[in-house]
Amino acid sequence: MSVETAELAREGLAPEPSRTADFLRRMSGARLPALFVLTVAVVAIAAPMLTGYAPDAGGPDALLPPLLPGHPLGTDNIGRDIWSELAYGGRVSLTVGILAALTALAIGVVVGAAAGYAGGALDTVLMRVSEFFQTLPRFVLALIIVALFGAGLGKVILVLAILSWPQTARVVRASVMSLKAAPFVDAARIGGMPGHAIVLREILPNALAPIVVVTSLDVATAILLEASLSFFGLGDPNLPSWGGMLNVAQEYLRQAWWMSLFPGAAIALTVLAFNRIGDCLNAALDPKRRGAR
Amino acid sequence: MRAWQMLGFAARRLLIAVPLLISVVVVNFTLIELAPGDPITVLVGDYPAPDEYVAQVRKDYGLDQNLPQRLVAYLGQVARGNLGYSFVNRQPVLELILERLGATLALTLTSLAFATLVGVALGALAARRHGGAFDASLQTASLAGYSIPEFWIGQILIIVFAVWLGWLPSQGAHSLRAPRDGFGAALDTASHLVLPALALSFRYLALISRMTRASLIEVLNADFILAARSRGASERRVLFGHALRNAAPPVVTVIGYNLGLVLAGATLIESVFGWPGIGRLLFTSISARDYPVMTGILLLLSAAVVIANLLTDIVQAVIDPRVRRP
Repeated sequence: MSVETAELAREGLAPEPSRTADFLRRMSGARLPALFVLTVAVVAIAAPMLTGYAPDAGGPDALLPPLLPGHPLGTDNIGRDIWSELAYGGRVSLTVGILAALTALAIGVVVGAAAGYAGGALDTVLMRVSEFFQTLPRFVLALIIVALFGAGLGKVILVLAILSWPQTARVVRASVMSLKAAPFVDAARIGGMPGHAIVLREILPNALAPIVVVTSLDVATAILLEASLSFFGLGDPNLPSWGGMLNVAQEYLRQAWWMSLFPGAAIALTVLAFNRIGDCLNAALDPKRRGAR
Repeated sequence: MRAWQMLGFAARRLLIAVPLLISVVVVNFTLIELAPGDPITVLVGDYPAPDEYVAQVRKDYGLDQNLPQRLVAYLGQVARGNLGYSFVNRQPVLELILERLGATLALTLTSLAFATLVGVALGALAARRHGGAFDASLQTASLAGYSIPEFWIGQILIIVFAVWLGWLPSQGAHSLRAPRDGFGAALDTASHLVLPALALSFRYLALISRMTRASLIEVLNADFILAARSRGASERRVLFGHALRNAAPPVVTVIGYNLGLVLAGATLIESVFGWPGIGRLLFTSISARDYPVMTGILLLLSAAVVIANLLTDIVQAVIDPRVRRP
């Protein structure tokens, strides 16, 4: 900042930055986590090109420590290359995290918009149901559903979505209720726009900010829950996953710390990245803080 | 008058908790009904049970009747305290779970106490120097603490403190060669409790410190704090006498309403450390396909969360008179 603009800023005379520039500036804290997520995604997609072994291929060199030629992160108890498993394992975490969050988003938007716009008895019933869902111990319920119904990737996604929609529904409902009385919504109603169109075209686009925040936090939670399920031995048995790697590592904590360190760090950093992005979005999209530091 | 008001509040809350508890049982019933295959497998477990017992279960749960009758039969069995029989363990499910309740309570309550003490202290320190270096690093640390899977923290603690340093035991609740009773035995169990309780407390600690900080910062900006300061009250008195008390309600909510999170974490932590509680039982019953134990645990844990929320609301009303109004 030049001396003059600093001077002007102090007097409150500096030209106001555009909204996009302002938003990007306040999202600067999310740059590193976003870059990390992107890296994980690229590695997961390009895994066949970046790894020397199939993720499920055992070999004669079992329990090799990291930093040896050919096996940068070492090998596990049956000689599988940890780096290959880690690269392919990102596919499960990201797929489950993102798809479960998007499914929860779809359910949450429908329920929240219906409850908020209709009000009355429908609102009461839907909110009681979502409150009840929030009381249930999510992880234990997911565990038992998967144990009863079988552990396919699609089922895991569906279960996690069914258990995380209430949060989105509550946020959408609150936004819809506050926007329902806005003058531009009144104008649309007087203009004869039907209810569902008002919700879709007038209200939801204006309620986007909190919905985006909740969804990015949902991705983090879903990744964590999927890893916990796989750690319990309830992941998809045919796909390498970070939680599944930790399940195998549990038996070898005394011999092979690297079997636990790398997949655990991958889960922690990915979940942290999505949580951090959510936090930054929350701060940047908050209209009360627009223009603030 | 105050006592009446309090009782009225508790009664109203209780009236909300009862339908929630019934809904919890209905969720269990729905799972049993929707599970692929014959519901009898879920009720008895995937274990060769005697034919007379299977016939008895079919009769008790009204499996040859229609859906509403089956639901009523199921609710009736649960209301009588019958959660089924585990053939794998040759013991009634309720008895099996209650035997392990003590170990799980010891683990979760130790974590809870540690997380509350340290979380409130760290949050208060950060709020006092709001915007400072400590505040900023606590913000980052608490986000990390909330993001790291607790079972992985458990594994890392085992590797560092049990395998490398050899300071603490990593598995079970007792050593084979430790004294069987008295102070020696208590010390032995306590040494087994340190690592799992620590691993379990991280997420909670992060939540509590975050909420304490946010709530305190808001309270410290209130007029009555300014008034206390202008009367010449010491900083210590302002923080502990005025601010912390008024910042408590949201912190109490975070502690009470996240009990489900701690119980879920405990199931994972107990498997990592071989701690002989309900979580370990859940783990073994999943691999043994011992369904009645699994649904029984879900039922009791869900009920525990509903009751914990009820108690939280009541504590809330005791410390914050504004909540009590109808």
